[in-house]
Amino acid sequence: MLEIVYQFISQNVLLPITTILLPVDYQAQALTVLQTVIKIFSILVPVLITVAYFTYAERKVIGFIQGRIGPNRVGFFGFSLWGLGQPIADAVKLLVKEIIVPTGSNRSLFIMAPILSLAPSLAAWAVIPFDDTKVLANINAGLLYVLALTSLAVYGVIIAGWASNSKYAFLGAMRSAAQIVAYEIAMGFALVGVLVAAGSLNLGDIVNSQVGSVFHWFWIPLFPLFIIYFISGLAETNRAPFDVAEGESEIVAGFHVEYGGMAFSVFFMAEYANMILISVLSAIMFCGGWLSPFQGVPIFEELFNWVPPMFWLLAKTSFFMFLFLWFRATFPRYRYDQIMRLGWKVFIPITIVWLVVVSALVVTNTSPWFN
Amino acid sequence: MIDNIKNYVTSLFLWELLKGLRLTGKYLFKRKITVQYPEEKTPQSHRFRGLHALRRYPNGEERCIACKLCEAVCPAVAITIESEARADGSRRTTKYDIDLTKCIFCGFCEESCPVDSIVETRIFEYHGEKRGDLLMTKQRLLEIGDLVEKQLAEDRTKDALYR
Repeated sequence: MLEIVYQFISQNVLLPITTILLPVDYQAQALTVLQTVIKIFSILVPVLITVAYFTYAERKVIGFIQGRIGPNRVGFFGFSLWGLGQPIADAVKLLVKEIIVPTGSNRSLFIMAPILSLAPSLAAWAVIPFDDTKVLANINAGLLYVLALTSLAVYGVIIAGWASNSKYAFLGAMRSAAQIVAYEIAMGFALVGVLVAAGSLNLGDIVNSQVGSVFHWFWIPLFPLFIIYFISGLAETNRAPFDVAEGESEIVAGFHVEYGGMAFSVFFMAEYANMILISVLSAIMFCGGWLSPFQGVPIFEELFNWVPPMFWLLAKTSFFMFLFLWFRATFPRYRYDQIMRLGWKVFIPITIVWLVVVSALVVTNTSPWFN
Repeated sequence: MIDNIKNYVTSLFLWELLKGLRLTGKYLFKRKITVQYPEEKTPQSHRFRGLHALRRYPNGEERCIACKLCEAVCPAVAITIESEARADGSRRTTKYDIDLTKCIFCGFCEESCPVDSIVETRIFEYHGEKRGDLLMTKQRLLEIGDLVEKQLAEDRTKDALYR
C-alpha cells in the first residue's frame, strides 16, 4: 500500500518536476533528495499526528482510571465523536496565543530551547526500521545514533531553564539534568546488553537476530535490562513517577514555566515524541520489532500472515505508550533522593551484573537465543 | 534479618508497584460516574438553596411584612430593607435588595422569616453580564417568586413535617 503510493509519487510527481526544471546533470541527485524528503514527511507527519492524539489518549486513559470519561465534547462538523477534535482545538488555541519572552531572559537561547528539545526526538526516527526494508537511514551505528540523540534532548531542558531567568525554571532544569545524567548510564548499559546479545548496532539487524518466536525475542534473556531500559526511559522523558523536573505541585511547571503558546507546545510535543520514541525502541530492541508474535505457532502463523509486519511494530509501540499513561495514573512522584538512589545504587549495579550474565550466555551459545 | 531480605526482594521485583498497577487497571474498566452536566443533572434536595425569591399569598398579596429579621440575621449583610406604612395602614417594604455578590447562600434569611416570604429557590444556573445584574431588587425577587411559586409551595409542604 505505502510502497505503491510512494512509487506513484516518485514516478508521476517527482520525476517530471526534476526533468522539467533542472539541467540533466543534476536530475539524479535532485530526485534522490526529493524522494528522501517525501520519506521524511511520511515518517514525521504520522509521528506528529500520533503526538497530538497521544495527548488525547492520555487524558482519556487517565480519566478512565480515575472513574471519569475525559474529553468528549469537541468533535467535527457538529458531531462530538468522543472528543476526537480536542487535540486539534488545543493545537489551534496554542498556535494563536502570544509567545511572551520575559524581559530578563536570554532571548536567543529562550527561543532556541524548545527547538533544541524537539529536533533530536524527531531526528532519531531516521534510523527506526518499520519493517525489513522500510527505514530512512539504514546506518550501522543506529543504536549509537539513537542513544546520542535521546541524550541531546536534555540540552533543550537545561537551556530553557537557564534562559528563562526564573528560579523555578532553573530548579527544574537542574533537577532534570541530574536525573538524566543518572539514568543515561543505566540506559546506556541496557543498550550495551542489547548490543552484546545482537552483535550489531544496526537496529534492523537487532530485530533480525530475534527471529524465531515470542521466546526468541530479547525480553527473556535481557529481562532485567528490558525493565531497566523502560524505567530509565520514563526518567529520561521526565514522565511520572519521575517528573520532578516539572513537579507542578512543587516548582509550578519546572523548566517551562516561562513558556506560553507555541513555544510551550513545542516542549510538549518533544516530551510526547520522546515517549513514542522510547516505546518504539523498547519494541524494537526487546520485543522483536516488526516480527509477528505468532511466529512459530502452527495455526496462527498462517492465519496472521496477511498482516503487514509494520502493524506488529505499531501494536507493540502502542502497548508501551499505554504503559506510560498507566504508570502516570498509578504512581505518586518519587522523592528526589529516591530517584538518585534508584538510578545510581540499584539500576547501574543490576545492569553491570546482567551484562556479565548476557556475555556468558552469548559465549556459551545458549539456545534458543544465541546459536 | 529475614524481614530485611524479604523487603529487599519484594522491592527489587517491584511487587508493590505491580499491585498498584493491578488496582488502577481494574478501575480502567469500571463504570464511569461522570454526570454530563447540561444533558444530565444530579437530583436536588427540596431544601436546595439557590437564587432568592419573595413569595405572595394565593390572593396576590405579598407576604413580606418588613419585620427586617432577615436583614438582621444575614451574616454577609447582603440584605437592605426600607419600609413605610401603606395606605391601608399595614407595614410594607418600599425597598428589598439582596446583593448576590455578597450573599453566601446560608439560608438564614429563609429560616428567620416568620411568614415564609423570603425563600431560596432551586434555581442555580443564572449569571450577570453587567455590574448591577446580581443586585436583586424587590421587583425582581417577586417576579422570580411568581415564576416558581408552584415548586416553592411543593417544597414547603414536603418540609413542613420537619419544622
